[in-house]
Amino acid sequence: MQTRIKKLYAKIGLPHIIIVAFFLFLLTAAAPLGLSVRSLMGDTLRRWAMYGILVLAMVPAIQSGIGPNFGICLGIVGGLLGATVSIELGLANPWIAIIVAMLIGASIASILGILYGSLLNRVKGSEMTVSTYVGFSIIAFMNIMWLSLPFSSGTLIWPLAGMGMRNNISLAGSFGHVFNNWLSYYLLGDKTTGIFIPTGLILVFLAACLAMWLFLRSKTGIAMSAAGENPHFARAAGINVHKMRIIGTAVSTALGAIGIIVYAQSYGFLQLYNAPLMMGFHSVAAILIGGASTKKATISNVIVGAFLFQGILAVALPVVNKVLPESNLPDVIRIIISNGIILFALSKAKGGAANA
Amino acid sequence: MKTQFLLNMKDISKEYFGNRVLKNVTLQVKPGEIHALVGENGAGKSTLMNILFGMPVIGGTGGFEGEVEINGEPVTIDAPHKAIDFGIGMVHQEFMLIPGFTVTENIKVGRETSRPSLLSQILSKELETLDLEQMAADARKALNEIGLNIEEYVLVAGLPVGYKQFVEIAREIDKTGIKLLVFDEPTAVLTESEAERLLKIMKLIAQKDIAIIFITHRLGEVMRYADSVSVLRDGELIMRTAVKDTSMVKIAELMIGRKAQKYVDSVPGRLESEEIALSLQDFHVDMPGEMVRGIDLDIRQGEIFGIGGLSGQGKLGIANGIMGLYSSQGKVSVFGRELDLGKLGAALANGIAFVSEDRRGVGLLLDQSIEHNLVFSAIHIQEEFLINLKLLKLYHRSKARKHAQKMIKLLDIRCTGPAQKLGSLSGGNQQKVCLARALTLNPKILIVSEPTRGIDIGAKKLVLEYLLNLNSQQGMTIIIISSELVELRSLCHRIAIIADGKVARIMEPDAPDAEFGLAMSGN
Amino acid sequence: MHKLKELVLNNKVVLLFGLLCIAAIYTAQNPLTFVAGELFTRIGRNGFMVLALLIPVLAGMGLNFGIVIGAIAAQIAVFWTVYWGYTGSEGFLLCLLLSTPIAIFFGWLVGRMFNKMKGAEMIAGLVLGYFADGLYQLFFLYIIGGIIPVYNERLIISGGIGVKNTIDLTGNLKYSLDNVPMLHIVKIVLAVLAVVSLIKIILGVVKKNPLGHRSWIVLGAAPIAYALTFVPAIKEYLSSDRLLLLHAVLSGLGAVIVWQSWLIVSNKIRRRKEYSLIRPLVYMAIAVGGCLLTYIKPVEKILLYVKIPVTTYLCIVALCLFNAALLRTRLGQNMRTVGQSQTVANAAGINVDTTRIIAMIISTTLACWGQLIYLQNIGTFSTYGAHTQVGQYAIAALLVGGASVKKASSKQAVIGVILFHTLFIVAPQAGKQLFNNAQLGEYFRVFVAYGVIAVSLAMHAWKDRGKTKEPNRNRV
Repeated sequence: MQTRIKKLYAKIGLPHIIIVAFFLFLLTAAAPLGLSVRSLMGDTLRRWAMYGILVLAMVPAIQSGIGPNFGICLGIVGGLLGATVSIELGLANPWIAIIVAMLIGASIASILGILYGSLLNRVKGSEMTVSTYVGFSIIAFMNIMWLSLPFSSGTLIWPLAGMGMRNNISLAGSFGHVFNNWLSYYLLGDKTTGIFIPTGLILVFLAACLAMWLFLRSKTGIAMSAAGENPHFARAAGINVHKMRIIGTAVSTALGAIGIIVYAQSYGFLQLYNAPLMMGFHSVAAILIGGASTKKATISNVIVGAFLFQGILAVALPVVNKVLPESNLPDVIRIIISNGIILFALSKAKGGAANA
Repeated sequence: MKTQFLLNMKDISKEYFGNRVLKNVTLQVKPGEIHALVGENGAGKSTLMNILFGMPVIGGTGGFEGEVEINGEPVTIDAPHKAIDFGIGMVHQEFMLIPGFTVTENIKVGRETSRPSLLSQILSKELETLDLEQMAADARKALNEIGLNIEEYVLVAGLPVGYKQFVEIAREIDKTGIKLLVFDEPTAVLTESEAERLLKIMKLIAQKDIAIIFITHRLGEVMRYADSVSVLRDGELIMRTAVKDTSMVKIAELMIGRKAQKYVDSVPGRLESEEIALSLQDFHVDMPGEMVRGIDLDIRQGEIFGIGGLSGQGKLGIANGIMGLYSSQGKVSVFGRELDLGKLGAALANGIAFVSEDRRGVGLLLDQSIEHNLVFSAIHIQEEFLINLKLLKLYHRSKARKHAQKMIKLLDIRCTGPAQKLGSLSGGNQQKVCLARALTLNPKILIVSEPTRGIDIGAKKLVLEYLLNLNSQQGMTIIIISSELVELRSLCHRIAIIADGKVARIMEPDAPDAEFGLAMSGN
Repeated sequence: MHKLKELVLNNKVVLLFGLLCIAAIYTAQNPLTFVAGELFTRIGRNGFMVLALLIPVLAGMGLNFGIVIGAIAAQIAVFWTVYWGYTGSEGFLLCLLLSTPIAIFFGWLVGRMFNKMKGAEMIAGLVLGYFADGLYQLFFLYIIGGIIPVYNERLIISGGIGVKNTIDLTGNLKYSLDNVPMLHIVKIVLAVLAVVSLIKIILGVVKKNPLGHRSWIVLGAAPIAYALTFVPAIKEYLSSDRLLLLHAVLSGLGAVIVWQSWLIVSNKIRRRKEYSLIRPLVYMAIAVGGCLLTYIKPVEKILLYVKIPVTTYLCIVALCLFNAALLRTRLGQNMRTVGQSQTVANAAGINVDTTRIIAMIISTTLACWGQLIYLQNIGTFSTYGAHTQVGQYAIAALLVGGASVKKASSKQAVIGVILFHTLFIVAPQAGKQLFNNAQLGEYFRVFVAYGVIAVSLAMHAWKDRGKTKEPNRNRV
């Protein structure tokens, strides 16, 4: 019995136990503090589904052997471009607007992803370091672009004839909350007391998960996972490992683009400039919290990880605010948790390289 | 007559996990003597040297039996630095040199000469200042001693390969009180003239009364340069004699010869067919450590063809080259059709299946189920076990499972079921899975590399008998590549011995031992 | 011609950024005196930090993104020093005494952690920096005032918990190192020399190893030099803490000439044949040429405008010398060996793990001192921002100077600081002139910082792969 507990402990790992315990602690602390557990649940649910696809984007990257994709910023930038173009076009129908945004975003991201994938093929063993800085660079580069791209829509650019686009672009006039509000309803109560269920958003997230699950069981998906797990084995079966890695990177990057659009429609704003800088770290942290390693990730890792990571943030914010008003303790906690879990995963990956 | 041995390893026995790899071996070397140590792969040479150097792998596996004496004094060597303290040095086959360092720095690495400074006297010896001039002078002296005319201040990176070995030697010579030097296959990577030179230097060193253990498989070198020779076979000392009292043929015979030990009961029948299944012409493979340098072979349909030879000679490169895993040149034809060597998977598409020698590295997905491993190649080469939805080809789980169950039964794979992860299977069962995957492809030609490496004797017999069955009942052409000559001789119609990346000879399995031995030594 | 091509190729990064700087200076149209003045301030401010990166590169641990942790150690010390109310050089010394043990401890922790993640030190260092930042915020925002009682209206947020966003260092630590007059330095150096010689002599007697008569000479010369500082003219000159750049340049060039002459003389005395006269003569000619250059008007203008804080610059020079000296010890050689090949180092009996930990301790401690220098110069301590970009910018500067993940020298560090910070100074103005938008220049320099790191890391990994040439690359 004792050895079994020990084994289980070794399998789960101390950080994960701490995180789960912390989440449970926050949940139990919420009610006595007079917080509405229902609204917390609703918040958790919303955040879970809205970040989910960005976390899902890690799966093809990890499975294809490039490791956690810190460079997801590339996809995010593609998604932001898609969204801004869609807004610039002034599409009135929110559904058309978001689909156009996703299509443009995903295509830009796939092209970037293919280029990025071929770069990663040349820096095997240092993917994580290189991708982090490629991600940072593209954000810095896009900062210049956001200032100078010739957009003209009033929602996009600063009003006072200044140069460049706004930091936060309201999506109220285009596709804001389009998924969230679709088929949404209040569970266990009415508008003020119930749990808000953003059905459309959740369905989109689950559909993305299902699509990824099918992809991983397709011929290409199987080959890609094999290329990631054991490139020599894949080669011996006649599989082009480099191509598989590029496919993994491109799918991951395209999902990043779709993920940021889904995120933005739920948030109601498009955040440009440095806002996406650390999003890669958060996605990586979330999937690792869900039990993935730098070499293996499953859909369930995504679902669990996104829920725990976002759940902690969703619950911690009001709880901490009750105790210490106006503090940014949740932010600090997020920094510690997300980077702590990444460090832990790195120390577990022997040799460190994503693909030794 | 001088009977005092510098090194006397007496009655050394060593067991690895119940497997006796050394049985009462005695190794004696006199000062100033070049003593050759020869034997096939796995004869126990490296274990013996690991004991001599006190490598952790020995202590970590229960130590050894027997005694080591140096200059007649019994000594305990349980750590590499103790071996160094006793004046034992080693010239490695792979260079232990730092390319970015100068020759001097490499010679003095870890043993830099230094002068005390104020800080070093207060804090630590590590802070002593390097005495670069003295270091250069020492290096120069060591280089001069072996008659090497390179500047001590050039970077090692810029030296030709042949010279790097000499820097290694200089480093050993420079160690104070060096008494015994081990040369581990020093000529393996050298050109002929470089090898010549190295061996002359070895003689020079021996003249300074330093004892030398010379590990090699090149019997010609033994005859010309060594004073005495010990032959190891299967962990036993077969002979120790002065070189002048023996002959190359004799050594070769002793190296190979063993009891007629049979792995399989039935023997292959005579071959009727004359059709060529696989033909190699001027075949070169660039596989590091197993270079193939121009091979011509014709393998007939229905044949069991053996490829043998010592490790590092290129026998493994042949299979890996054909499968496209390492870049290759030349012409490979399968039943008359030429393979596109530049295309990965061309051999698979042409009906050649391969079971790799590197089971855990290349052969398996250890983290996946048996079922998955079995059908993997078939999925990708033949699009089997897939549901075709036009846009998407999905994994056909029930079909794969059925096939897996069939194979498990057929090959007697011991497991809890098709879903068991490969990593938790024993080596023998893993090997059976590898074989089963290759057979799932229904190949016309099966190449099996080191089929019995690292598996127990029962599984060994089963695997070999199964191969024989495949051949006799289905007429499958089988190529077996193995370091175990006995295995090849009990199974194959013909055996090619590879030496130096070329075919040394093609022989019948019942050719005399000495001929096999000589072929393996490249003579 | 061939040599020239090689020279250009080997220094392409430096040349590229040099040209970029010149172009940016030209477009920005800032007065040169302003640029130069800013630049020399920034060299003093950031140079030490960049030099702190060299040792880990040497030991094969790559670019140490973990120097953030050294900076954190410094900031902890600065906070308490300000809180306790120590000021000036006294305060600075207290900071040093407080922060050094913390930095050593942190460095030890980081080193041990990196030993568990061999091959992934850089990404680990980066993430570790963020992680440490989180803990740092936790400590400064909630533990100080929350758990450790601290009462100080100037430092603590009005609620009584957490440290304010910025701490003004004016009047306590600002310029506490920069303002140390030269006279003090001279006195300290002389005292140290005297003590060292004395110890050497004593050790020589006790251990019976004659450490030479040089110690006696030094011991005798020190008091004489000390006496000289009482000559009024010298005393007056030395009592200043800033040195006119012109004087600094001239004395530097003078030193080159004296040093080379000494080399010639000593080699002539020893009659060493291989010693060629060409090299020292070239150096001397360059030095003389440099002196002549100072008479050109615009150059002279800058040289007469800029004043450098002597003590800080001496610290940077000392660090360069320290790095060079370390390289010439057994420890330094061991670090190089470990950096080149851990296998060979192991076989040669070098304790790889310990050597790597020592490298991290040195680097973290130096980074800590570097952050102290930075804070005392800049004068305002941004509690939650001062350390965050330290690693990024220091590493970018080092890379701009032509260093790589595997190779870096003091020279590259200094060149890098100059180029990188020139770009930093003029980029906003250049952005304004070119696009009528200063923000663009701002973003551009951030992009340069990230971009140069990304390119350098990618190039390193690329080259590395070339070495361990994977077979069959052409066909996949």
